[in-house]
Parts: sequence; C-alpha cells; structure tokens
Amino acid sequence: MTTTTGLDFSPAPGAAPLSRMVAAQAGAEIRAMLRNGEQLLLTMVIPLLLLTGFSLAPLVDVGDGARVDFVAPGVLALAVMSTAFTGQAIATGFERRYGVLKRLGATPLSRGGLMLAKTLAVLAVELVQVVLIAGVAFALGWRPAGSPLLALPLILLGTAAFSGLGLLMAGTLRAEATLAGANLVYLVLLGCGGIVFPLSAFPDSVEPVLGLLPISALAGGLRSVLSGEAGAPLAAAAILALWAAVSLVLASRTFRWE
Amino acid sequence: MDSPAVEIIDLVKRYGRTTAIDGLTLSARRGAVTAILGPNGAGKTSTIEICEGFRRADGGSVSVLGLDPSRPELRARVGVMPQAGGVPPAMRCGEWLRLMSRFHAAPLDPAALLERLGMAAHARTPYRRLSGGQQQRVSLAGAVIGRPELVFLDEPTAGLDPQARHACWELVGELRAAGVSVVLTTHHMDEAEKLSDHVVIIDHGTVVAEGTPSSLTGAERQLRFRARPGLALDELLTALPAGSAAKESPSGHYIIEGQVGPELLATVTAWCAAEGVTADDLSIERRTLEDVFLELTGRELR
Repeated sequence: MTTTTGLDFSPAPGAAPLSRMVAAQAGAEIRAMLRNGEQLLLTMVIPLLLLTGFSLAPLVDVGDGARVDFVAPGVLALAVMSTAFTGQAIATGFERRYGVLKRLGATPLSRGGLMLAKTLAVLAVELVQVVLIAGVAFALGWRPAGSPLLALPLILLGTAAFSGLGLLMAGTLRAEATLAGANLVYLVLLGCGGIVFPLSAFPDSVEPVLGLLPISALAGGLRSVLSGEAGAPLAAAAILALWAAVSLVLASRTFRWE
Repeated sequence: MDSPAVEIIDLVKRYGRTTAIDGLTLSARRGAVTAILGPNGAGKTSTIEICEGFRRADGGSVSVLGLDPSRPELRARVGVMPQAGGVPPAMRCGEWLRLMSRFHAAPLDPAALLERLGMAAHARTPYRRLSGGQQQRVSLAGAVIGRPELVFLDEPTAGLDPQARHACWELVGELRAAGVSVVLTTHHMDEAEKLSDHVVIIDHGTVVAEGTPSSLTGAERQLRFRARPGLALDELLTALPAGSAAKESPSGHYIIEGQVGPELLATVTAWCAAEGVTADDLSIERRTLEDVFLELTGRELR
C-alpha cells in the first residue's frame, strides 16, 4: 500500500466530451438494470409469462382472432411501463437516497446529460424487451398486420409519459415509498390498463375513464397499429403526449436531487 | 490564478431556526493543505458542501478558484469526497472508478489508482460489500481521478484503520507535492497537525483560531501528571519560577506550563514528595491542537 506507483497527480483538469460522458453513464445504467434481479422480474420475466400464459390458455375473452394478437401488443405496453416507470422510479429513488445523484452532480456530467443517459438506457432496455417479446410472440403464432413502424412513435411517447411519472415519484417521495408505490401502480395498471384484460370487461361507467390512463392509451394504440386498423392512432398519441407533458413539467419542477 | 483556492467571507447558513454557520471567514491557499478542524456539529460539512456547490449560502460570499461555487466549469476542476455514500451500492468499485474517469479529459488510470490505494483485489467487488474503510478509499479515489486542481475531502479518514489512515495521509502529501490544493475536514487533531499547512479551528459555525499547526500549539512545552484531585496548586505556584502556570483539567490531571526544564521538573517532584503525593504518568509534552481547542472553547474536541 505504501509503494509509490508512477501516478501523476499534477492537475490536468478538464471535462470529457459530452458524448463520451453520456455514453459511459448510459452504459452503467444499462448494466445496472440488466444485473438487478427484481428489475428483470418486472421487465422481462413477468411480461413473458403473461404473454405465454394468456396466449396459450383461454383465461379471458378477447373477442375474435388469435389470443396472441390481442395479448402481444398489451405486453409490449407493459414492458415499456415496467422499464420507463417502475424500474426507473425505483432505481432513481434509491440513487437519490444513496447520494449517487448528488455525487454525480459534482462531476462534469450535467443534469441534462444524466437525464439523456437515463433515457438512452431505458430505450436500450426496451429494445431488448421488444426483441424478446416479439420473438416469443412470433413463436406463439403472432402475425402483426399493418405498419409496425407506427408503433415506434407510440412507444417513444409512452416512454416519455412513464418516465415523467416515474421521475415525479422518485424525485419527491422517500425511496421506500417510491419502491412500494411504483410496484403498486404497476400491479394496478397491469390489472385495469387493458394489457391482458380487455377494457370492455369493465363496467360501462368505468371504461372511458380507464381509457384515459397512459397504459390503456399505449396498449390500445399498439393493438390498433399492429392489427392493421386503418389510420394513425391519434387519440392514443394525444393522451400519451398530454401525460408526458404534464408529468415531465411537474417532475422537473419538483425533483429534489438529495 | 492569484485568487485563493477557497475564499469564504462572513458565511451564514441556517437550517430552519438553527444557525449552522455564523459569520465564518476563511481562506485556503493554492497548493496548500488546509484543514478545517472542529467537533461534530461545528459546521464543517455545511461549509464544505457550500464550497462544493451542493448547498446555498444564506449570507456572505464564497468563491472557489475565484468563481462562484455553482459555476459548472468548476465540476471538472474540483474533486469531491463526500463524507459517506455517493456510489451505487451494487456497482463494482472498479466499474465506478472507470465511469468517473470517463467524465474527465485526462484522468488517472483507474486500475493504477486502485492499486495505489491497496484496493486492486477488490476491483470487482460491489461497493456495498466493502468495509467502511475500503468504501472511504474508493470515495477518495473518485475525488482525485480527474486530476483536479482542488480537492475537498470531508472526513477522509473517518473509520479507517491506522494503516489505511497513513496511506491516506501519504496520498494527501503526494497531492500537495503535485501542486493540488487540498481542503479537508477532520476532528482528529493529529491529522490536522501532521497533514496541513494551515489549520482553521471552528466551533458553533465560526472560526475560533487559525494558523499553522506550530503557531497554534506554540513552542511551549508542558509538564503533565496525574494525582489525586484537589491539590493546592497555589502553593506549588509560589515554588515555581515566575511566569509559570498550573491547572487541574480535568479532575486529577495536572498541567504545568512555563520554562519546562530539569529545574521545574525537580521543583514539581520535590513538592509532590513533600505533600505525600505520588505523581503518575509524569511527562513533558508539547501543547496539542486538542489543548488549544479546549482552551478556546472549554470543551473537548470529541
């Protein structure tokens, strides 16, 4: 411990280029997400189990057509929510609690750079989820029609809305409250967000309200573009954009870094 | 480049009704090691966190390398070691240091730095599995990896075993030799005495004394011994040369100050013999910063 290695401590300060900082931080966030068992349960295991279970067994009445055609888009929406909302809220809440956000604030990586890195990491994990879920869904006989490319703007809007909600929670509540709350919201929205149980199964008085939830908008929108229905899912996109705008503005105003 | 590393004038910081920092003024020279010494709750961490840009001052002015602490360009020039935490618990410490290094233009090699701190074997260990002392070393590494001009170390040796403390001291010495300005907080007097060019003693959020360690402790030596409490020191003083001082603090612990030499020693022991008192642990010592603090505040440092 006392041997002097040739370390040159003479000052040579300077920030790395923003792209390198953001890439390094995003890489660290991706590794953290893929290494965390609870996160993998929420983001990968549960969606894949729901996809296979509800596609193979006649658990719910999904109307005409193959069950997997109904379930796969819903599970894709769940995947987006699990990563952008639940996973991000919990991880960020604990980063705040452990002083990680504060410590990063003392590095040349700006807060904007940190948020960009987090967003890139969420999108990267979502890409892994989409590939896995679509692969399993294909194996189960899923044949999406229409223009799958239209799903992309919906997923991006959904990611923005869920990230805003997740960061709103993580930046204001205690880490334990965020952990409990984010898991609870995940469960509730899984049950009544049109993911595997169609909204039409709910009473007529509740159904229109549930349709305004970001998860229902995303699931419904994805279902419509992936089943080849005519026209762009403008209503779903509008609902998601509104959730994104409100939650991101609120999160940026209320977020406490420590 | 002429501005000091840190210049604080009349700093005030309040938390609710509590005034944590109350008109604190201090200056840390470039290229020097400045120690902020004080008991827990004296305002050390608040002061350093305002310098790091984490907290805002309620009054007074602070400049770091001549700039307002909130200026983003300082982030690349200043290294920070927080008192605790800051590292994701599940992240391997080598991975975290590599991440930190990627934020800087000309960083130190993370592996070499870990090696230097005796942590090479733990590069793949998650931060939460490290001992407290090992976590401190990782945190210290994070403060210096970007080759900063100035580092803030908040209680850098808290929880370290003696060997690790010495390794930390050595590193601070190397930083100083390389021209890095260091500002650290501590409540260890020996740390402040050994490490620093300048010591600022604070209590209740204000500076009670400052100077070089030797100017604070003075050249004077003192004679100390233990005996039963309540000796009549007035009598002893009449036997001692003029200008000597004697006190009992705390009870049963006696300190004699003055021209401490063979004569004084002989006088004290002769007086004890005449009183039928056995003087234990008799020793001649220099004053320590602990004595200075006790004198100034009437309280022990810890």
